[in-house]
Amino acid sequence: MSKIMLEVNGLTTKYITRYNESVYAVNDVSFQVEEGKSVGIAGESGCGKSTLALSLMGYYFPPLHYTKGDIIIDGRNISGMDPDDVRKNILGTEIAYIPQAAMNALNPTRKVIRFIEDVIWAHDPKISKKDIHDLARERFETLNLPEDTLNKYPVELSGGMKQRTVISISTILSPKVLIADEPSSALDVTSQKMVIKMIHDLMELGYIKSMIFITHELPLLYNVTDDIMVMYAGQIVERGSADQMIFDPIHPYSKGLMGSILVPEDGTRDVKITAIPGTPPNLKKPPDGCRFAERCQYVKSQCRVQNMELAGLGNGRTSRCMMSEEELREAYKNE
Amino acid sequence: MSEREICLSGTGVSKVFGFGNRKTVAVDNVDFNFYSGELVSIVGESGSGKTTLIKMLLGLTSVTEGEIQFLGKKRDIRTRSKKKEYWKDIQAIFQDPFSSYNIFSKIDSVLLDCIHMRGGRMLPKAKKIEMMEEACRFVNLKYAEMTNKYPFELSGGQMQRLMIARIFLLRPKILLADEPTSMIDACSRATILDMLLNLRNETGMTIIFITHDMGLAYYISDTVYIMERGKIVEFGSADEVILNPQADYTKRLLSDVPKIHEPWEFSKRNQTPPPQTPVEA
Amino acid sequence: MKNTLKQVFRSANFRIGFIIIVLILLLITIYPIFSPGNPLQMIGYDSFIPPGLYVSLYDSLDVPRIYTLRLEGADQIRIYAKLRPTDRELIRDWLLLYSEYNEVFELRKEDINLEDTEALLGLWWTYFDPEIRFENLTIAERRAFARLDTRIDGIFDLYDKYIWTYNPETGEQELVGSVTNLAYINVSDVTNVRLLPLGTDNFGRDMFKQLVSAITTSLAIGLIAGLIATMIGLVLGLLSGYLSGFVDDVIMFFTNLFTVIPGIVLLILISYSIGQEQRGPATVAIVIGLTSWVWTTRSVRAQVLSLRNRDHVNLSKLSGHSLPRIVIKDILPYIASYVVMAFILQVSSAILAEAGLSMLGLGPRTTETATLGLMMNWAMRYTAHLSGAWWAYYPVILVIALISFALNLINTGLDRVFNPQLRD
Repeated sequence: MSKIMLEVNGLTTKYITRYNESVYAVNDVSFQVEEGKSVGIAGESGCGKSTLALSLMGYYFPPLHYTKGDIIIDGRNISGMDPDDVRKNILGTEIAYIPQAAMNALNPTRKVIRFIEDVIWAHDPKISKKDIHDLARERFETLNLPEDTLNKYPVELSGGMKQRTVISISTILSPKVLIADEPSSALDVTSQKMVIKMIHDLMELGYIKSMIFITHELPLLYNVTDDIMVMYAGQIVERGSADQMIFDPIHPYSKGLMGSILVPEDGTRDVKITAIPGTPPNLKKPPDGCRFAERCQYVKSQCRVQNMELAGLGNGRTSRCMMSEEELREAYKNE
Repeated sequence: MSEREICLSGTGVSKVFGFGNRKTVAVDNVDFNFYSGELVSIVGESGSGKTTLIKMLLGLTSVTEGEIQFLGKKRDIRTRSKKKEYWKDIQAIFQDPFSSYNIFSKIDSVLLDCIHMRGGRMLPKAKKIEMMEEACRFVNLKYAEMTNKYPFELSGGQMQRLMIARIFLLRPKILLADEPTSMIDACSRATILDMLLNLRNETGMTIIFITHDMGLAYYISDTVYIMERGKIVEFGSADEVILNPQADYTKRLLSDVPKIHEPWEFSKRNQTPPPQTPVEA
Repeated sequence: MKNTLKQVFRSANFRIGFIIIVLILLLITIYPIFSPGNPLQMIGYDSFIPPGLYVSLYDSLDVPRIYTLRLEGADQIRIYAKLRPTDRELIRDWLLLYSEYNEVFELRKEDINLEDTEALLGLWWTYFDPEIRFENLTIAERRAFARLDTRIDGIFDLYDKYIWTYNPETGEQELVGSVTNLAYINVSDVTNVRLLPLGTDNFGRDMFKQLVSAITTSLAIGLIAGLIATMIGLVLGLLSGYLSGFVDDVIMFFTNLFTVIPGIVLLILISYSIGQEQRGPATVAIVIGLTSWVWTTRSVRAQVLSLRNRDHVNLSKLSGHSLPRIVIKDILPYIASYVVMAFILQVSSAILAEAGLSMLGLGPRTTETATLGLMMNWAMRYTAHLSGAWWAYYPVILVIALISFALNLINTGLDRVFNPQLRD
């Protein structure tokens, strides 16, 4: 068994709204990511996947607040650390975070190389300019980015190039965990493919040790990550390998989600895509019992009362459902 | 083939913004024939001119060059009253449900406008409410819950369904749907698509569906047009275009879209082919 | 709506600004009720009467009762008050001259406490000698010292004061009474007492009353000018933004024309050409309004341009609505909050513009109404600052600053709520 790079235990974070209401967007989330592995997070908008990404950084600013739980990166617990400490010692070296609009984060009046200098000097001011430039040039070369990008201004780059540049800047210190929150959603498919190739290269070359990839595009997730976790209403409802999750989901919510996949392939027209009726619960006052009960077509009276934990299904899979794997498979077959 | 009737067609349609050095050609000399009752997809990436084309078809922007024929005759929308007549036959659903509503007026007014537009201004109030109830039922909303509400009190999916209810009341001959599902979650997408298909079955209207999602276009449409930088590079039946593309652009686009059964260039799954036993029945 | 109001009042900026404006409004509505009459009436025969409570000396002789009070320290206070600051300085000057002249007597300037009346007088009586003739002392200065000496002698007079009156029947002066240094009267017994909180100006007009009336006029000028500017700006901005094309080009041509000509120059030229006699407050307000619509037009146009392409406007068109309806129902509500904020700023800048114009002597014609600018102008023209009459200009400056400060606070408070970029 390989080394565990990221371990999250019972992480709970909340937003405090202007009217002083608490919204638990990430509720008791626990999972592990092994070295060299990538984990995808899927779910509807508002299910807390982006909040989870923010929370994992350990760098909280209002309205997001840390409540409880541990985030352990390579044996080092970063939860509850001083934000300044996190910024100096964790971000960049241990964890790198790429949001969806990362490409708009570059100051248009500075050259790309200046951002790299900033990142490195923020962690070690003693490194010489030449060393930084050498490192940057080497990194860009191995990642198939044109070298002259370093001396360009962000406005001179296309959207896809900008996103790739940002990714290489934020991983310049070879972080142990890369958190990518929809890094390619704002791009066209061709640029998206290049971004994915780059992330793939980063993993292959060992510049990043593990990755969490968040997107609502399931076909993309299937092609990028080893494992997939499905989130619903701030909780993880199921986790399994990408193949298992896409082709053989167990939890009724994952089942519904996977039923909505559309890809331009032979056979797509023969299968009717499914919808999950209803809307996710209000996280200001989440319902008792299973949070998916309201929308689940296999719901039982007990679902609305009993709180379920993530339970192992064997084969490395976990699911959060009252019904056993066999019962669910039986139910799916009868449809 | 012969009994298919062309309801909207265009020859040499172009749209140019600006002039001189700052000239940009958004739609470049495009020909198309949309047949009655058919579901056409126009697929293109951002900047391909598909939204401009839709605006021209709707008569919201002028056509720089070329001619659009509506029901076999040259389209004439030069006066306000003619435009109003035209809009009885051609309607649209827009991409972003959140910006499709005037947040200062109540939802009822949206549906009421449709009844008025269909000449129902003089109908008794009870009849109007009955019509609105029927429309809401069609899109699986409860009129009683919708009435007296402001748009921002609804979810994105509900808003988009209400847009379909609007089309249900208007019953135009042609519906232009500009990426109606791109802003809402995948789980509610199927509902919206089902409703559009039901609408077509019930009224026989032509639906022109704009999307950047190849999978979606393939799933839903009879005919697919592929647009690249203002030009139509390929069109034909969905199976022809998606499964057997001829144009280089279409081929590239298709190869770049991540897939699940077929291999994808930078996929992690390339080494291990997926089990060929999809659970979906 | 209720929620929005709640949010607006949550903002500290807005609250402070709102309270200041409400207090000013209360003042200008309530004060004239208690103190009616023409605010420009000249009540004083002297110019720049300092603030204070004025008691009729004549009437105080006719009070029904005179009280005898033996108050401790009253004499000291009286003597202290009689020795005026200039006299004290004269005493010091003499002592310093004397210490230079006499080798035995040593006194430094720092040792003399001008407030200590007793010590000063003691030194004066010990060392003053009219016979000493210092060098470099003019005759006038020497005489001033001599006069001071006689005056100081009279300081301790505590004799009764006698009141004589003229009897028309006998044609003689008759003694009617005397007043001892222990006699007191109650101010409320005096028939004519007038509080002048800010004194009077050079014409002898009650400054406070004038100020209250000036605030009213200036606010009215601000409101009218702001209303005119906002209305012009709104209509032109809506037309230009929504219609685009030729109409947009024409409107933007004029807007750009007005942008490059500095507003104040235009304002001065127009005001000057109208002529002093024609300029009432309303005229000035209209002139200010007509020259300050440019920025409202530009920003309304920009907002409309971005709104025009929103889908709800397209949808409204597709529903067959007419142009006025689309503009009024689909565009106006979206920019309403912005226009209100622009209006508040316009009011504030119009008040400042009026003050500036009037300072230059191009404000409303005088003698009829007072405005904040005119009051400043009068204070400047009749050199209130040289007479040390701070009450003639400081309160006016303060009020102008307070009004524009409050309006700007209200504006930023509203901005916090309505501008999504600043919302926290």
